[in-house]
Amino acid sequence: MLSRVAENIYWLARYVERAENTARLVRVNSHLVLDTPRGIEPGWEPLVDITGLREQFVSVEREPNERNIVRFLIGDSSNPGSILSSLAAARENCRTVREILPRLSWERLNELYLFAKENIQSGLTKGGRDNFLDGIIVGSQGITGLLGSVMYRDEAWHFARLGRNLERADMTTRIIDVRSTDLFPDDLLESRSLDTLQWISVLRSLNGYQAYRRQVAIRVSRADVLTFLFHDASFPRSFMHCLDAVDECVWGLDNSGPATRGIRAFKRKLLKINVGEMNQASLHEFIDELQIDIGRLHSHLAETFFPPPAQLDETA
Amino acid sequence: MPIELKEYDPGPFFDEMMVSKNRARPLAKELISLFRKMNNGELATRQDAADLAIKEMGITFTVYNENEGMIDRNWPFDIVPRIIDKKEWDGIEAGLTQRVRALNLFINDLYHEQKIIKDGVFPAEVLAESKNFRPQCLGVKPPQGVWAHICGSDLVRDADGTMYVLEDNLRVPSGVSYMLENRLVTKRVFPELFESYAPLPVGDYPTQLYEMLAALSPRKIKRPTVAVLTPGIYNSAYFEHAYLAMEMGAELVEGRDLFVEKDDCVYMRTVSGPQRVDVIYRRIDDEFIDPEVFREDSALGVPGLMRAWKAGNVGLANAPGAGVADDKVVYAFVPDIIRYYLSEEPGIPNVPTYRCMFAEERDYVLAHLDELVIKPANESGGYGMLIGPRSTKAERKRFAALIKRNPRNYIGQPTLGISTVPTVVGHSLEPRHVDLRPFILSGRDVSVTTGGLTRVALRKGSLVVNSSQGGGSKDTWIVDTEN
Repeated sequence: MLSRVAENIYWLARYVERAENTARLVRVNSHLVLDTPRGIEPGWEPLVDITGLREQFVSVEREPNERNIVRFLIGDSSNPGSILSSLAAARENCRTVREILPRLSWERLNELYLFAKENIQSGLTKGGRDNFLDGIIVGSQGITGLLGSVMYRDEAWHFARLGRNLERADMTTRIIDVRSTDLFPDDLLESRSLDTLQWISVLRSLNGYQAYRRQVAIRVSRADVLTFLFHDASFPRSFMHCLDAVDECVWGLDNSGPATRGIRAFKRKLLKINVGEMNQASLHEFIDELQIDIGRLHSHLAETFFPPPAQLDETA
Repeated sequence: MPIELKEYDPGPFFDEMMVSKNRARPLAKELISLFRKMNNGELATRQDAADLAIKEMGITFTVYNENEGMIDRNWPFDIVPRIIDKKEWDGIEAGLTQRVRALNLFINDLYHEQKIIKDGVFPAEVLAESKNFRPQCLGVKPPQGVWAHICGSDLVRDADGTMYVLEDNLRVPSGVSYMLENRLVTKRVFPELFESYAPLPVGDYPTQLYEMLAALSPRKIKRPTVAVLTPGIYNSAYFEHAYLAMEMGAELVEGRDLFVEKDDCVYMRTVSGPQRVDVIYRRIDDEFIDPEVFREDSALGVPGLMRAWKAGNVGLANAPGAGVADDKVVYAFVPDIIRYYLSEEPGIPNVPTYRCMFAEERDYVLAHLDELVIKPANESGGYGMLIGPRSTKAERKRFAALIKRNPRNYIGQPTLGISTVPTVVGHSLEPRHVDLRPFILSGRDVSVTTGGLTRVALRKGSLVVNSSQGGGSKDTWIVDTEN
């Protein structure tokens, strides 16, 4: 398979996953905010840091208020990480690989992009936000499901799955980070029921609440939720599950030796850590570290499978 | 209300289906009687079904729109097929085969001994002024001596029923994918007609194309790597590039996917490392294929590609430089070229053509600008033309100046009464002008598509069939009436 084509498929999958998870991120924060007792000013600003887009935000928006931040994250076409930009980028990537992917995937992606574009105004209203975000999540899952159910398991599929899982691992940590960040004053966090409600929100936003209740515990505790979301390889949005999938995809490719060794080391490192015992500050740090590791893994994969022309000419 | 053809009036033109109002040609009788049985709602319903099928099948072409940038448009298609009798077609096929054989001999001669010039049949000054002659190709010996592997020749039928060759496209002719897709759509729309008409199939083109390309492989291996080189998704024919690559099981590559090594072989960058490429069906113009040799600023091409080709390490179709015969002035010499190389009379006539490079012919053109069509030598897509009878005085004045400034660059032709075919307009049928582009493959043998792409000018009275300027297309049926 051509490196360019593989790279386009990889990014296409990443962008679709990013759009979906950005929707989840905004949704979980909205729900956390709704559960906040009266008199407390809930935070939206941390989302700007969680998505790693502060510089971008500062350059386009003035007030870090709810409306501006939501617009920045879902509909700002100058923000490369917004839902709209992610879908536009996914669509551009898809255009060049239409002959490789199932025909319907282009149509679905096109529809989803148009849905986002046409409904952005209603998505910016408080009343319309949930519907908009649901539409993005359901549409993205439709594309992921379509690829999963009809794609031949060749290199194209491995790169799609690789991109999706790497992005998902990264975004899952960001969604957890919403809760680990200092959204509320410390004394509030001591209120046990509020804490529980918030972790339920995080689970729900990752569609993990039912599985958690069945597999882990009826009681929702911070330590158990964190262990579930990081370590439970059977839950498809957990960090470990995503790493396993990345491992499987890379394993099937040529020249995968060094990349596979890196991924396995990453997994071992994760397994050694007891996330449940971490306090908020060290959890936040840990998440930062994971995100850097994912970035490194991406660079490593890109160098191996999609080297830029000049570099390849030298080694060829 | 049934469809009435009483109002159907082809006027002074030759209509491919109707002899006159309400009277069908023998070949079209069944088709027309099917229409007569339909009510006009059904006609529109079938056209809608075709449009929907085109949308679902993703048959598109790319156009530039000032507001939206590059957009994919659905391929405009008219459901009424154009029918040609196999008896007539056999003659056209032979004529095209002859023509392309002669053109390949001509191109090969120009890049070697130039006997045709020495013998005084073809003027040296035409070659000297040719925009598409590539001195870099002098002395190169492509496999089988073939330069134009894929040729698309445009045919038109005049009011008296004569078929003419209007032009030959020897650079990167497009449209064949639409010919193939049109047939699939028509099968969905008029299944009942296929039983009685049994139009000859067209679907083997991708296989023939693949075999012709594979035979150019410098490595004699079972499955040579064949790649279609596209300028990318913003090219108007990108759909076709992707379509042909898919149909042939070939790689669809862009310039940046390829590189030429020190061994003068071409490789593509794959996730498993470099992979040798044996044959490239390039859909990029000469000027852009190799920045080392042609335009330095080309980001579409592959540095070193010409080196690899000259060393015989990669097959290139069409060969660089083949476009020298894709010139409207050279066109005027094609009948002489056929006589010169094959000692045969042309099977299909040229449209009478006045060459402005010759004083006598130029004077005629300048005196008859209001009657003639003036074409620049090296434009395609219908651009840069003057259609005399519809021109304004100012336009004619501008063209007179253009011709005087650069006579070699212009030809004049009489305006032909291009034939018409019934075409769906709302709820009824109206005559619209058509041309026909068959595709001719040249390798060890020459083969012609069964029919070709019929392009139709959808606007009333318009003669411009190009899809970029409001043209559409029709399925073309070659029907054997004897068996």
